Amino acid sequence: MRVKWTNVEPCCVFCLIQGGSDDERKHCKLLEAISSLGGKKREVAFEKTSKEVSRWQSVVLQNQKAEQLVFPLNQEPSGPKRIEQVVAGWKAQTPLEQEIFSLLRMNKQPLHDPVLTPTEEASLRAMSLEEAKIRRAELQKTRVLQSYYEAKAKRGKRIKSKKYHRIQKKVMRKEYLKQFDEMVKTDPAAALEELKKMELSRMKERMSLKHQNSGKWAKSKAIMAKYDDGARKAMQKQLEVNKDLTQKLVIPADEDEEDEEESAETLPDFVNDVEPILDQVNPWMRGKLSTEPMMEESNRLHPPVWPREVGKPGEGRDDQEEDEEQMEETEEESLLRGFEERRKLRQTEDAVEISDDEEALEVSDDEEAGLSNFTSLFHGLVNHMEPPADQPKAGPGLGQGESPALLEEGLVRVRTLEDVELLSQDISASDTALLTTRDLGTEETDTQSATQQADKKRKKMIDPNEVLTKEAKVIEMPLAPTAVEDVEDKEEQRVIIKEAFAGDDVISDFLKDKRKQEEAGRPKVIDLTLPGWGEWGGLGLQPSRSKRKRFRVKVAPPPPRQDQKLPNIIIAEKRDSSIAAHQVCQLPFPFENPIQFERTIRSPVGRTWNTQNTVQKITAPKVVTQLGAIIEPIAREDLIKDIRQAVTGPSINLESDQGPQKKRRSQQKKKHKRKKN
Amino acid sequence: QHPVGEVTRKHMAVRNILPCYIFGGRIKVLSRNPDDYVRETKLDIQRVPRNYDPSLHPFEVPREYTRALNATKLERVFAKPFLASLDGHRDGVNCMAKHPKSLSTMLSGSCDGEVVWNLTKRECVRTLQAHEGFVRGMVVRFCGTSFFTVGDDKTIKQWKMETPSYGEEEEPLNTILGKSVFTSIDHHQKEGVFVTCGQQVDIWDEQRSSPIRSFSWGVDSFSCVRFNPVETELLASCASDRSIVLYDMREATPLKKVIMNMRSNTLCWNPMEAYNFTCSNEDYNLYTYDMRYLDKPFTVHMDHVSAVLDVDYSPTGKEFVSASFDKTIRIFPKDSGHSREVYHTKRMQHVISIKWSSDNKYILSASDEMNIRLWKANAAEKLGLLAPREKAAVNYSQKLKEKFQHHPQIRRISRHRHLPKSIYGQSKELRVMKEARRRKERNVRKHSKPGSMPVVTEKEKHVVTVVN
Repeated sequence: MRVKWTNVEPCCVFCLIQGGSDDERKHCKLLEAISSLGGKKREVAFEKTSKEVSRWQSVVLQNQKAEQLVFPLNQEPSGPKRIEQVVAGWKAQTPLEQEIFSLLRMNKQPLHDPVLTPTEEASLRAMSLEEAKIRRAELQKTRVLQSYYEAKAKRGKRIKSKKYHRIQKKVMRKEYLKQFDEMVKTDPAAALEELKKMELSRMKERMSLKHQNSGKWAKSKAIMAKYDDGARKAMQKQLEVNKDLTQKLVIPADEDEEDEEESAETLPDFVNDVEPILDQVNPWMRGKLSTEPMMEESNRLHPPVWPREVGKPGEGRDDQEEDEEQMEETEEESLLRGFEERRKLRQTEDAVEISDDEEALEVSDDEEAGLSNFTSLFHGLVNHMEPPADQPKAGPGLGQGESPALLEEGLVRVRTLEDVELLSQDISASDTALLTTRDLGTEETDTQSATQQADKKRKKMIDPNEVLTKEAKVIEMPLAPTAVEDVEDKEEQRVIIKEAFAGDDVISDFLKDKRKQEEAGRPKVIDLTLPGWGEWGGLGLQPSRSKRKRFRVKVAPPPPRQDQKLPNIIIAEKRDSSIAAHQVCQLPFPFENPIQFERTIRSPVGRTWNTQNTVQKITAPKVVTQLGAIIEPIAREDLIKDIRQAVTGPSINLESDQGPQKKRRSQQKKKHKRKKN
Repeated sequence: QHPVGEVTRKHMAVRNILPCYIFGGRIKVLSRNPDDYVRETKLDIQRVPRNYDPSLHPFEVPREYTRALNATKLERVFAKPFLASLDGHRDGVNCMAKHPKSLSTMLSGSCDGEVVWNLTKRECVRTLQAHEGFVRGMVVRFCGTSFFTVGDDKTIKQWKMETPSYGEEEEPLNTILGKSVFTSIDHHQKEGVFVTCGQQVDIWDEQRSSPIRSFSWGVDSFSCVRFNPVETELLASCASDRSIVLYDMREATPLKKVIMNMRSNTLCWNPMEAYNFTCSNEDYNLYTYDMRYLDKPFTVHMDHVSAVLDVDYSPTGKEFVSASFDKTIRIFPKDSGHSREVYHTKRMQHVISIKWSSDNKYILSASDEMNIRLWKANAAEKLGLLAPREKAAVNYSQKLKEKFQHHPQIRRISRHRHLPKSIYGQSKELRVMKEARRRKERNVRKHSKPGSMPVVTEKEKHVVTVVN
């Protein structure tokens, strides 16, 4: 089926611009009908290819954001080449050489790649640099935490306070019970074991004479109890403890358990899980171990019902402190546990045994700092850079925000510098003309408004000057009854205004302001007398009057102020039209406020103000091409490389901290595309 | 207390002040370390100690502004883009082809035969009569050893790149006879596959005399077909039913079609961004599309005052150049709506074909009046090797221009371009027309029921429909 299109060929340039005629619509319908014949297949094919092409998105964005692009893209690294590249066809010929090579071969020494042995290569393949770094940082953290934990435990052990230990034990017990409750739900078998242990401890408690009234302390307290209230209380407390400890544990009834199980079923576990974090590379983001203790911690910090015995305030504080400590501990423990687990996982995953010299991996603080830095950065990145999948604008949008608008095309041909000068003069002239007209316009409106106001005032039979200098009471005078409503309205307004400005005298402030400005604008006498010239000078000696008179320079008075005869207006005369022609009157696009723009202008670029290296960095061109080199289109290999880089991208941040220069430039990169159309 | 000749540790620490002892009395003499001011060899640059204290270098903004202004002025003064004109054709030049491996070689096909050029010497190296009538399209094989031409005589011919030796006859390596006229040809980036278009889009294997695949979609003629240089299996073509059609070489059917208000003449893929292409349209504009979202172009490039006939991307993918029937060449940044540069000369007529050289330095334009012109891609750029200090100076002035680009004087100077009177008048006229249309639309909207006249953006205006 062939459709003739000749009848829809445009007859003139603009007759088809609208494109909304009936013909067109019919035509579209026809097209759709035709397309529906094989449309499905085509749609599927298109989806496939567009998906395939979308892989390039990250590369394209990366290139757009790049501070500098060097073309051709995949240049061979300069510098000396490896020997085997240079002498490819070389063979061992003499017996000595052959012997040497056979020896090397026997020992599996590298022949063609002298840099790495097979084992080294295997190890390289097993773990990339980034992985190794992350792993190292992780190990470091583990070790540090372990040492902290040990130190803390030691400290805790050395504490002699019995109260401390008592409280700690209590807390531990509570924690233990809680855990046990959990365990009953999750792992009944283990819980049973625990239960047995508890039972055992109960038995021991019953057998022992602890917490009973047979101890030395208890006896003394029993004696004191008659007279001392505190002692009695202490006794009671101990007995309570005994009771607690020897009580049989009540296992929750089966029905309850079932209920709970049911509820658990209705609300699956993963609902409460932490959201899976997108990054697969970073081991710190993978697990949920750090989040769980955090939650617990928060729970503990704000417990809904926190059973705490009411004791002395000091004791209470102790208690709290202990709790906090414990929390930290548990967090650390869980962290450690997490590391262990993950390591195990990884070991099972990787068949290749990695020989890791833990001694070789040195502990250094800044590395860890770098890592945490990187995680935070990465978080930022993830938050900021959610690529809008279905927005075609997103791709090309970045990059050149500052693209100039129209070329100013004219009939003047610029040939010499003088022509160029003329150009700028031309614009300045036009600009000033425009400005002056604008000024005049504003002036006119100002004067108009002023006169209008004056007229209004005059209608009310009041002199404007008086109004300005004195308060508004004068106006409260009887008026003709014909304009009652109007007057009332105005009166109301006046009252409102008066109320609003009750505290401050606006009018006098205004007048003061105006006078000040007038003063500032008045010419000042310049005194150029130099003491000591032509006469004696020194302490307490004044230059002679005649001399002072001679060296005083009077400046010619400026033209009268524009607002001289307008009492209620200040016309600023600061604006210098000769400078205005050189000034930016509108805030350029990517900047959000004038301060930002001014800052970029204020920071100098040149060698006079910056060191050589800085200048080189600042003035580096965005696109660098090599003279006489053919620039090939970007190749698929680049895509693969770039994707890998994107995955392991943050490694750059691990190594280099961001200098101020870099930051500034990255800020500039955040410019968005200017939309012209 | 100090005996003569004793030098204390404290004094040693102060390096610059060397104590001298003359007969028991002590004088301090200023001395400097020669390492700080003496250069190691004669070839080194003199060490110049500098003090970067800002108070010593005041007025940094005015001084840099002046420098920027001067740099801008000089740029305009030195903006001499025209390099050479290659004349020799005896008819209008219809097509050109870049050599993929050699920068200095270029091919051009005219309306009666074709020529191979050497650009460095600016002379014709070889002439051969390829077709009877127009040479419609030509492309060099990716390896650079041979090239293909299509002509009005319904043939595809493959030629050797080497000049035939003495006594050898000038003969094509291969000739394929087609059923209809071919209008354009393009070659795959890596494989021995090429594509032609005419009444349909044909994909050919170099080894076979019949196409391995043909695409047609209710259209009777295509004007241009191009392989995607990045995703090498993708194709796009411009058809005379005002549509742009996308294809995948591996699929049996075309992928998608977008129909615009006016016909697109040619298109060019961005060599650095796999999914972007720009098409030159009859309605004086160029449109850059993302192939995934064809329902509207993401940029409309306006400035030409007549139909745009050809477009080519710079190899960096940052800019493209367009040739127009209005006798000018314009350079557009790829995401800007307006051109950054316009080239024209008195004698250049309708520009039919345009190429951006693969080292990103030159532009070649072929026009109606039998000439090929060589232009600089950056009008004010100094050609040839630059000394490092020269390069630094260029970079600095570039940065300054960028920094102060918003200042009115600098902007005025940097954007001023001379235009021939006719084009100037036309552009003015167009502006008036556009404004009138805009005003009318606004008025109609004002006087019609609210919502009945939706605002159509410039981007949406030019697309009629997208067909799956």
